[in-house]
Amino acid sequence: MTKWLENHLPKMVLAPSFIAVLIFVYGFIAWTAWVSLTRSKLLPRYEIDGFIQYDRLFDSPRWDTAFGNLFIFGGLFIGICMVLGLALAILLDQHIRVEGAIRTIYLYPMALSMIVTGTAWKWILNPGLGLEAMVQGWGYPNFSFDWLVDPDMAIYTVVLAGVWQSSGFVMALFLAGLRSVDGEIIKAAQVDGIPTWRIYSAIIIPSMAPIFLSAFIVLAHLAIKAFDLVIALTGGGPGYATDLPATYMYAMAFSRGDIGQAASSAMVMMAVVFAIVVPYLYSELRVRND
Amino acid sequence: MTDVTATHAPAQAVRPARSWGKTALRWILYIVLGLFALWYLMPLFVMLTTSIKTLEEIRTGSLIALPRDATLEPWAKAWSGACTGIQCEGLRPFFWNSVILAVPSVLISTVIGALNGYVIAQWRFKGANIIFALMLFGCFIPFQVVLLPMARMLGLMGIAGTIPGLMFVHIIYGLGFTTLFFRNYYVTIPSELVKAAKVDGAGFLRIFVSIFLPLSLPIVVVSVIWQFTQIWNDFLFGVSFSSAGTQPVTVALNNIVNSTTGVKEYNVDMAAAIIAALPTLLVYVVAGKYFIRGLTAGSVKG
Amino acid sequence: MQKSALAASSAVLFALATPGLAEPQAEVLHWWTSGGEAKAVGVLQEEFASNGGTWTDMPVAGGGGDAAMTALRARVLSGNAPTAVQLKGPAIQEWYEEGVLADISDVAEAEGWADVLPEAIANHMKCEGSWCAAPVNVHRVDWIWANAEVLEANDIEMPTTWDEFNAAADKLQEAGVIPLAHGGQSWQDATVFETVVLGLGGPEFYEDALIDLNPEALTSDTMVQVFDQMRTMRGYVDDNFSGRDWNLATAMVMNGEAAFQIMGDWAKGEFLAAGKEPGTDFLCASTPGDGFLYNVDSFAMFEVEGEDKQAGQDLLAKLITGPSFQEVFNLNKGSIPARTDVSLDAFDDCAKLSSEDMTASAEAGSLLPSYAHGMALRGAQAGAITDVVTAHFNSDMSSEDAVQQLADAVANSM
Repeated sequence: MTKWLENHLPKMVLAPSFIAVLIFVYGFIAWTAWVSLTRSKLLPRYEIDGFIQYDRLFDSPRWDTAFGNLFIFGGLFIGICMVLGLALAILLDQHIRVEGAIRTIYLYPMALSMIVTGTAWKWILNPGLGLEAMVQGWGYPNFSFDWLVDPDMAIYTVVLAGVWQSSGFVMALFLAGLRSVDGEIIKAAQVDGIPTWRIYSAIIIPSMAPIFLSAFIVLAHLAIKAFDLVIALTGGGPGYATDLPATYMYAMAFSRGDIGQAASSAMVMMAVVFAIVVPYLYSELRVRND
Repeated sequence: MTDVTATHAPAQAVRPARSWGKTALRWILYIVLGLFALWYLMPLFVMLTTSIKTLEEIRTGSLIALPRDATLEPWAKAWSGACTGIQCEGLRPFFWNSVILAVPSVLISTVIGALNGYVIAQWRFKGANIIFALMLFGCFIPFQVVLLPMARMLGLMGIAGTIPGLMFVHIIYGLGFTTLFFRNYYVTIPSELVKAAKVDGAGFLRIFVSIFLPLSLPIVVVSVIWQFTQIWNDFLFGVSFSSAGTQPVTVALNNIVNSTTGVKEYNVDMAAAIIAALPTLLVYVVAGKYFIRGLTAGSVKG
Repeated sequence: MQKSALAASSAVLFALATPGLAEPQAEVLHWWTSGGEAKAVGVLQEEFASNGGTWTDMPVAGGGGDAAMTALRARVLSGNAPTAVQLKGPAIQEWYEEGVLADISDVAEAEGWADVLPEAIANHMKCEGSWCAAPVNVHRVDWIWANAEVLEANDIEMPTTWDEFNAAADKLQEAGVIPLAHGGQSWQDATVFETVVLGLGGPEFYEDALIDLNPEALTSDTMVQVFDQMRTMRGYVDDNFSGRDWNLATAMVMNGEAAFQIMGDWAKGEFLAAGKEPGTDFLCASTPGDGFLYNVDSFAMFEVEGEDKQAGQDLLAKLITGPSFQEVFNLNKGSIPARTDVSLDAFDDCAKLSSEDMTASAEAGSLLPSYAHGMALRGAQAGAITDVVTAHFNSDMSSEDAVQQLADAVANSM
């Protein structure tokens, strides 16, 4: 009996989480798929009515903008956060005297609610109030930084604020990774006279591959769900130039009482995530599985 | 930059004699870190200065200048006087709701995540990776989509509008991340350790407690930081699955900040936002202490 | 809050034990959370309590009620609907169609609402003939606010036609004053847009285009002119308007940085809070053209179990529409009472003007619901129009393209 228990304990530990995920993630995805085929308005309804919601979605110029922005925002946000997070983690790992303070400064943006921080960013980025006005006041009248009010550039201000908010956490994740690397190996490499940049690029960073996966998943999750950020910083504007799928979906489901439409946009979003994340997961997990 | 790391990186490196070049590099390192710190602090500066200005001063236009006459009035108001509805008691009454929501949720989801990660990383059985992939993909489900079916489920389970109901939701949707963190951390620990321990007759839980837990401090810190931030700052679930009396602090903050047709008090808004963030900051400072390299790592690995 | 929740649950126990002697109780979901608003709702709570009721407050601000509507959906689906909910416009009928609203005709008939409410507004409160919501106030949306000093210095009168407005704006621009203070958020763009539709097209055109969504009206020459005027007005707005909150635009008018703002009468609250006097420091007038665009806040009662809650709903409905609450509330809120028999002696001149215009418009048939504030259309259609309006205002789209997109977007939203 105890032997049976010992053999099956790992599976039993995992089972409740697995069941929860099946119901509360995959069950709900199935529910969404169903609702996306209906004409649900204010509340969900369940009479199937074909693919009309998808037709409407692809006819909507606003969705085109939101969908395109997902790639601009997602790509830049994930890329910059990864590079910056890793760089800051390595720099911080050099026995910095005030590491605790600096680490907290880099992390704190995550703690602040974007509802209000967005207002602060809005002022800083506003050409008439913030940076542009300040630098011009220093005697550089030609200085210009008006991305926030330029429909073509506004999405980059969202990237800027997003990186500001999340890069600190990625730094923490990499820092934890750096600190799990076996000190003995590094010592041995140093004794062999290998230069430190080689130690980082050939030993430490490759051994952190699983941490990169964590960072990627977290950042992709944040990018796809970026909502508060946009609402607080630009409200989706100018016009709807900085709309993202998450804000589109929320607007449809909750401000406009068009739940069928929201469900169809959610399904398209998840299909995109599936197409990007699954191959990555597959390659990552296969290697690890050997 | 590479040279800087060359000199000072690994912990046990023997320090070579200082030279001028190396001191200069050390300075550059600190300057770079300092510049980034300034960039991160910029919005906080705006928020802090705004929070101690009078409304009169804000109205006359200087939004990011230094305050002319500082006042702590907005802070007092945000804590105990701002209106969040009919009652004007500030954020104070809602703090406790958030604490009793966040602390158990963070602990439970971290413990479950650690166990899950341990099983997936070190007790590989057939299908474990598929289960892991399924859980990971679950991290991407948009919460806006989850709201309505979840509301129905909570209603059926009889915990709608209660703090346990909210805890349940946060634990479920936090599991993917905590499992991810721990699995990816534990997978870097050599599996020989487990084999050796098994030979010694140690069981599943024994190995976890005596070998893996002591190694886990940095990743526990990461997991706690992530979960606490997510749960404390969550607004969407908090607003949807609470009822009068169980609303978390973010809902109160939102009510102070987000009036549509009322007079906006930016100074109180900013003060309230900083107050609401204080517990998370506290967690960062306290948990951050445990980021020290390899507390016990050497003894186990060596 | 804990205390009142406790009181509420003991009220439930009490009601279960002794049916028939139900103590009125209500959980009220609303989004009035700022100082003046909270004070205004507080009055209702006091009246409710002094009539023996227990009020449980459930405030959710944000997005002009979007967040509250999100919470409402979750509450309804979990089988735990609030007793009374701040709802307005066609959303009331939409919720009624989902079969979740309670009938309050008994109260409405006993109190004679039909005699004291303007017909246009009363119709919003009815679902298939029965009363299902109680009106609180009337906000007027088509206001234009001005800095008195700036106008005087440049020798400008309040404009009564859009041509006059354009002439005044040109003059101001030459004098180095921003003619129009505006915040580039989609609902603010929509607010300006609907006042232009009403002013250039007249009440009938407004009804045809923005209420009946007649495709011919949407693509008509008049609509092209409306978009032309929007383009002209874009030129009167400063470059940094994107995303600006409406109250910062109001502050620009206060400081004399800008001359005009087009905004509903809640802007008055900002002027008054800054100690400005109507008539001397700032001026209020209706936007050029005839008619009156209203934005009426109201409460709908949800189908709930328990006599105490139903008693609470009846009491609440009675108090909301009662004359004393209507007066006190609207003095605090900056709007005017929905019922026409409340004395306006205590109100300021802008509110009196609003009330006179409302009565006159009601008689002339030009008392119209605001589309930008969710009174005229259901969410999907209103949103589709706003998307086009804001896209046009923030790009160099031609007016002809805009009307075409408008018609397409409306058709796609059905």
